[in-house]
Amino acid sequence: MNNNIEELSLSLFMGDNNLILSHRLSEWTGHAPVLEEELALANVALDLLGQARMWLEYAAEISEDYKTADDLAYKREIWEFRNVALVEQPNGHFGDTIVRQFYYDNWHKLILEHLYQSENERIAGIAEKSLKEVRYHLERSAQWTVLLGDGTEESHNKLQTSVNHFWPYALELCNTNTANSGFDDDLASLSRQTWIDSLSNIIAEATLQLPETEFSYSGGREGIHTEHLSLILAEMQCLPRAYPGTQW
Amino acid sequence: MSEWPLWEVFIRSQHGLAHRHVGSLHAPTSEMAVCNARDVYTRRNEGVSIWVVKSADISASEPNNKDMLFEPSHDKIFRHPTFYDLPDDVDYM
Repeated sequence: MNNNIEELSLSLFMGDNNLILSHRLSEWTGHAPVLEEELALANVALDLLGQARMWLEYAAEISEDYKTADDLAYKREIWEFRNVALVEQPNGHFGDTIVRQFYYDNWHKLILEHLYQSENERIAGIAEKSLKEVRYHLERSAQWTVLLGDGTEESHNKLQTSVNHFWPYALELCNTNTANSGFDDDLASLSRQTWIDSLSNIIAEATLQLPETEFSYSGGREGIHTEHLSLILAEMQCLPRAYPGTQW
Repeated sequence: MSEWPLWEVFIRSQHGLAHRHVGSLHAPTSEMAVCNARDVYTRRNEGVSIWVVKSADISASEPNNKDMLFEPSHDKIFRHPTFYDLPDDVDYM
């Protein structure tokens, strides 16, 4: 029996969320509306990939089944992934991507600020390193949320639709009703309210409204995913699966 | 997207040096321009400070006025103090 089950669960959760969102963002490469945004989206994707690597390297050290971060990324089956459904969702239009990112960045910053206080030096170290990047991610997605939400009538309506659409997925980030999450209930319940509070200033400035529904997706941490993840994994894993151990 | 204004980007590479022009980019607001400048120009630890200025706000000299602006200084050699020996410790003159 693994003695570090909480640490393993936490690092897989953090690592998988970052890994899958990074993959989604990288799909914008070659398709972004302008050159500057293309670079920015790719940079955020790279930041998240680097963070995923730190978490998964730690997970691989604890894990009894997988030896390296690459093993965890490329050799796991879909039901072994622990990410929330939010990060699997398709990019949609630019506003969709921005709202998904804004929800995620807010939560990401809060959770890292908490993990930064951890007594586990490894976890605190990864959190400290990640925070510098995530503060910038949030700055960007918050600015875009305000620009588009408080922009034209069309951009406002599109963004409000995105805000409604991603809401149940985003709530899963703070879902307290999951076992083996690696978080204690205090943190989970605290961060759900803190998370909603942290959104509200920017949402108000963007003249948008958060939905009132409390329905939340769940299951990601138990390995239950939307069909989107299977397509992501098929693309991400096909090369190492077809040519095991290949290098370039 | 073509209506986004063009911004000139200036980056100070270290304390004590002046901001240096590094290039330009498009962005909808000055805040976004700073963000974009971070992504386009500072991914390799280049700077400690970023300035952005709307390109339209820069007044430039006309190439035709080159003589008027620069020629008169050529025959005043005291404006070119190349004959002073600088101590080694004085950097960045």
